[in-house]
Amino acid sequence: MAITAPLPLPASNPWQTSPWRISHVRRELADTFTLTLDPPADAADAAAAFQPGQFNMLYVFGCGEVPVSISGTAGEGGRLKHTIRAVGAVTGALQRLRAGDVVGVRGPFGAGWPIDDAAGSDVVIVAGGIGLAPLRPAVEAILHARERYGRFIVLYGARSPEDILFARDLGRWSSRLDTFVDVTVDRAAGAWRGNVGLVTALIARVGLEAEHTVAFLCGPEAMMRFAVGALAKRGVEASRTYLSLERNMKCGVGLCGRCQLAGHFVCRDGPVFRLDRIPNVFQVREL
Amino acid sequence: MQIIDAIGRSLQQVPVFADLSADYHQLVAGCGALSVFQSGETIYREGAAADSFYVIRRGRVRLEAHVPGRPPCIVDSLGAGDPLGWSWLVPPYRLQFDAKALELTRLIRFDAACLRRKMADDPRFACAIYERLVPVIVGRLAEARRQLMDLYGQPAGRSQAWR
Repeated sequence: MAITAPLPLPASNPWQTSPWRISHVRRELADTFTLTLDPPADAADAAAAFQPGQFNMLYVFGCGEVPVSISGTAGEGGRLKHTIRAVGAVTGALQRLRAGDVVGVRGPFGAGWPIDDAAGSDVVIVAGGIGLAPLRPAVEAILHARERYGRFIVLYGARSPEDILFARDLGRWSSRLDTFVDVTVDRAAGAWRGNVGLVTALIARVGLEAEHTVAFLCGPEAMMRFAVGALAKRGVEASRTYLSLERNMKCGVGLCGRCQLAGHFVCRDGPVFRLDRIPNVFQVREL
Repeated sequence: MQIIDAIGRSLQQVPVFADLSADYHQLVAGCGALSVFQSGETIYREGAAADSFYVIRRGRVRLEAHVPGRPPCIVDSLGAGDPLGWSWLVPPYRLQFDAKALELTRLIRFDAACLRRKMADDPRFACAIYERLVPVIVGRLAEARRQLMDLYGQPAGRSQAWR
């Protein structure tokens, strides 16, 4: 099973940012928000052809540029959603923008989730925290062609009930009879009636036929390390396990080397990797 | 006797006891009884004598810590197939958390004194029980430690939270 090949770079200069207008800002969590961006007419086709798992470089004029994964679509015309956690200068500046403001966009870049190659298999999505954002388009793509897949399982972990991202989407997916969704939080107080514990506990409990299962993981690497271990314990092979990695990216096209990971550039060869192609990624301390 | 046989058969479906021998299934089952708790009902309370040990057949249970002046802190949740409670293995045999049913929950309840007596009489049986429960305890300890790691927090020095 091959990882989705990166899309050809945009026909226009990949170094040149194009102006996209913010059509909507949605506050997701205390520090997390989603920008819905309208592309200019000449970028709409490339934007609409993005693959789930890819990212764009978002540029706040006069401040800086950050890679942000695409977290969904919004209607026609290549309008894309980007879900961002405000943790630094640029993401903080993005958080201060409002509908009507303009950001610079380059992309989409990188390799996405192997949605088509997973057809015929059971699919397990394991997400943690804001890691659900790059997986949401993959979930929607699978649900859009649900008959092409076997069992479909979405497991999500968050720090607390207040930190659950896309709660409405999780509820909508959960309401389907053909999809199993389970959510857990690290800690909770009295009113919470859901699971408490790590997402690895959900992996241990869920019914899996390992040899027919493809797993997509995204979340903090600490979480993915333990989740990969839990999947391996259930018999899911590294060659059927895909994960999205985070490294500081700059150029987005595999030239500057800032996001180098072992022999790979995360921006160009990833961010989605097949686990057996980056063995020991969570064991080598220098990585 | 029929109930004991039924419990013995149920234990074959419980992962932690599935590979016990048939004789040992019967030994364990001999201390067991079926039990049902309604949603929201307390199964046991912190500080009480650990005179029971449970295996969840259906439903979900949450473990809570009582914190004065604050709502109960939920520390773990368990589901079908999970063993519930290990304070019965360790003196002074006092329960350390509250356990509440989150929904209609069916359990097998084992008389802890009965199990301890059988384990004292048969060291091989005791060893078989410990071999199966200690990994559960170690696993939950590891999970608890990982929960303390705040896995979903932003690592220091990483400002590009592009996910």
